[in-house]
Amino acid sequence: MLARDISQAVGNTPLVGLPNLSPPGYELYLKLEGHNPTGSVKDRVARYLIEAAEREGLLGPGSQVLEPTSGNTGIALAAICAPRGYKLTCVMPENTSAERRDLLALYGVDLVFSPANEGSNGAVRVAQEMADGDPCVYMPFQYGNPANPQAHYDTTGPEIIRDLPDVAAVVAGLGTGGTLTGVGWRLKEHDPAVKIFAAEPEYGDLVYGLRNIDEGFVPPVLDTSVLDGRVKVDSLKALVATRDLAAREGIFAGVSTGAAVSVARRVCTPRRLPEGSKIVVISPDGGWKYLSTGAYAPGDVAEIAERIQNTLWA
Amino acid sequence: MVKRRSIRKESEAVAIEVRVPTVLRKHTGGENKISGVGTSLRELLDDLDARNPGLRGALISEDGQLHRFINVYVNDEDVRFLGGVETELQEGDQVSILPAVAGG
Repeated sequence: MLARDISQAVGNTPLVGLPNLSPPGYELYLKLEGHNPTGSVKDRVARYLIEAAEREGLLGPGSQVLEPTSGNTGIALAAICAPRGYKLTCVMPENTSAERRDLLALYGVDLVFSPANEGSNGAVRVAQEMADGDPCVYMPFQYGNPANPQAHYDTTGPEIIRDLPDVAAVVAGLGTGGTLTGVGWRLKEHDPAVKIFAAEPEYGDLVYGLRNIDEGFVPPVLDTSVLDGRVKVDSLKALVATRDLAAREGIFAGVSTGAAVSVARRVCTPRRLPEGSKIVVISPDGGWKYLSTGAYAPGDVAEIAERIQNTLWA
Repeated sequence: MVKRRSIRKESEAVAIEVRVPTVLRKHTGGENKISGVGTSLRELLDDLDARNPGLRGALISEDGQLHRFINVYVNDEDVRFLGGVETELQEGDQVSILPAVAGG
């Protein structure tokens, strides 16, 4: 595969069977988005966000880009912006992994931290305040930009249909909702019977430290009408499935992949999906950026889950 | 829509445990877990509100539906994809309330 530059190397990720973790009568397949250039599904989104802005004349040489992110989108934007000469600033919650901070610094990104107890919502709030006061800055805003689900409608969805035309269901984590929305639109066009399930991360109390309910946030790009179910997954269930992926399937994935696999196994019941169904699970990233959290260290999995429950993994 | 098993006499009281997020503990005297009775989510919230004033109002909007920034889960399943506030409950069900947060 020859690519003119890094942005042309995005997508066409492997879809890998999980013979040992598939419940009897069902076939699970994992789409390894960690195989994208910066190691996450966000490479697809970053490329679409930046190319859409360029088409609209919103970006040019020396432009400044500002984005709230829990990490992956920032790293992906950095790789797209660097060769084009755009200066990137990311607002990130302080309770994200050290690897994410180091990678952003390596790319020359200016980092602004938002309070841990406001989670990703806090990063959104701070970035919006910064952008409001500065007309020279362009904020792609993945949470509200239609280019985000469009990336998945145009690329992720067709890749799944190409590799597995008889797919019965897709399971993915809920962050911005861009993956589920774009893939959901595309797959339900392909076959209206396809079911779309969301895996919602459930963190420790710290991450939900809002002062009032109105500080909650539902990303405008999330189209809940494509969803057939939404299941929350705590750190322990996510971590157990993540470790099973390594031990039984040889796949080293991030914690949110484990969360999605856990939900996929749960929905494999005749009540929800006929026996024989093929289910695609989106793995948003590999495990590399979470090593420092201790998620993969030896020890009691319940104790480790407790330690990482306030670290953002989606 | 997922159908839930429902073999139960009418108005039979069942005890349900509810996990409450930090932001709503001002209504529960600081408790992170409370319990109440009800055969549906609506009945449970009515029962809880009697002892935890303001809790129902924080969860339910004026239109009678769940607040936009609140997600309620019964046994890990979002009730918006079950029966909403009319979702049926059974003894031993686990109810969790979480504020809507994003990732990315």
